[in-house]
Amino acid sequence: MTPVNAPASTRRSKRVLPGFGLTMGMTLTYLGVIVLLPVIALVLKGAEIGPARFFAIATAPRTMAALQLTLTAAAMATVFNAVYGLLMAWVLVRYDFPGKRLLDAMVDIPFALPTAVAGLALSALFATNGWYGALLEPLGIKVVFTIWGVAVAMSFTSIPFVIRAVQPVLEDLDPQYEQAAVTLGAHPFTIFCRVIFPAILPAFLVGVTLSFARSLGEFGAVVFIAGNLPMETEIASLLAVIRLEEYDYNGASVIALMLLLIALLLLAVSNLMQAQALRYKGGGS
Amino acid sequence: MQAPPPGALAPRASQFVPRLLIGVALALTAIFVVVPMAYIFHRAFAEGWRLFAANVLEPNTLHAIGLTALVAVLVLPVNIAFGIASAWLIARFTFPGRKLLLTLIEIPFSISPIIAGICYLLLYGRQGLIGPWLIAHDMQILFALPGIVMVTLFVTAPFVMREVLPLMQAQGSEQEQAALTLGASGWQVFRRVTLPNIRWALLYGAVLCGARAVGEFGGVSVVSGNIRGQTNTLPLQIELLFNDLNVTGAFAAATMLTLIALVVLVMKTLMEMRRG
Repeated sequence: MTPVNAPASTRRSKRVLPGFGLTMGMTLTYLGVIVLLPVIALVLKGAEIGPARFFAIATAPRTMAALQLTLTAAAMATVFNAVYGLLMAWVLVRYDFPGKRLLDAMVDIPFALPTAVAGLALSALFATNGWYGALLEPLGIKVVFTIWGVAVAMSFTSIPFVIRAVQPVLEDLDPQYEQAAVTLGAHPFTIFCRVIFPAILPAFLVGVTLSFARSLGEFGAVVFIAGNLPMETEIASLLAVIRLEEYDYNGASVIALMLLLIALLLLAVSNLMQAQALRYKGGGS
Repeated sequence: MQAPPPGALAPRASQFVPRLLIGVALALTAIFVVVPMAYIFHRAFAEGWRLFAANVLEPNTLHAIGLTALVAVLVLPVNIAFGIASAWLIARFTFPGRKLLLTLIEIPFSISPIIAGICYLLLYGRQGLIGPWLIAHDMQILFALPGIVMVTLFVTAPFVMREVLPLMQAQGSEQEQAALTLGASGWQVFRRVTLPNIRWALLYGAVLCGARAVGEFGGVSVVSGNIRGQTNTLPLQIELLFNDLNVTGAFAAATMLTLIALVVLVMKTLMEMRRG
């Protein structure tokens, strides 16, 4: 190559590989047609409704009841998943026992299993004549057609989030702080609370946020088990679908927009925390 | 009092707690994850093989299986092409808006499929943005195969990209640049260098995408119109049978999807064994 050409080639060094135009075109076409255009349609519809009507629909009793149920049940599901997820991550990373690899694989069942299938199985298991329902009924606990059913379905479909978020961080944890704490005579529980938990907290919170976001959006599993009684066990996304079936496009759009807004907010929060978690990890090692 | 050396007290003191924690973890996983999956097969075969076969071969269920397979066959190539293209774009080039692009591709993970379905209805529906134009030109997207395929493309958008991108980033582009220097064309580099390097991640991403495509419920339920024997995919057929109180039929249909889930699990375990 002649020296005359050298400056031009270094300037373009980042674009040496071919395919920029082609891959950019493919990516933007797919994103535009499949993802962005439909979302823009929803946003435009929301803008068309106007703030006053939007507010009226958003604060209608049935909408409020559905949102409240969705948020409450998602919170219940997330609390369970947070505790269970932390326990599972701990057990899978820190202990050796027969069947560990199998247990690790089982964790992914909820992501692999279609939500309708999960909903079908859970509703049959927790029905009053099902395996679990029959055990719980004498205790006065009713799951199917109650908020507990909604929470169970949401919990099942979002089980892996906390586990998979905490597991890698726990694996990479530098053992020297723990060893120092042991040498100083700290109780194992104190070590967990004061040394280990602060280190895995950012990752844990990311997992919790993702789990909550997924629970809010869950539909398939919930509609099987919830009974879907208006004002009682009707989740927000189902109410949006019902509004569509009534040709109440404004009602459906308002609920969908609110759910979209919450989802994007949670996505932003989890991205921020993920960045923080990475910084923590980078600073620690 | 002097602190005991680590390990002196540990064996006796820590025997109980680990066993308890392992026990609780195993029990909870069995109750909440393993039993529900096993229960599907239990219920599907509870009334015998003959009824199971009759349920699966019932015309509407059979049609739903066919339609679901067709949707997956149409979605997969498009998603694979998009996944490779977007991963290549993000891994190999720097340009303004690269981070934003990545976020946009991953957005379908955060949005409930139901919302995706509603978006499609507001775009292509009778009162939608493009709906009237579609009607004028006698084109049907909603309540037909195109709508089902497009919503499925929406919910599966990030699957292949997410598996391929980390691998492309980790491997760097030295090999590809070397091949180019040696005079290979762009396609040759892709087929001979890039593709062999990413093939396992690509396969796994494709399996995940396929599993999600056949299992999608919420988004498809909004745009399909649930027409029996016409636009009912397998997950929708399960709900229909369940609502018809044909629970055994619903479980029989569900076994098909559960088998696909098992394939995903086996593949994931194999992938991890390859890596580790």
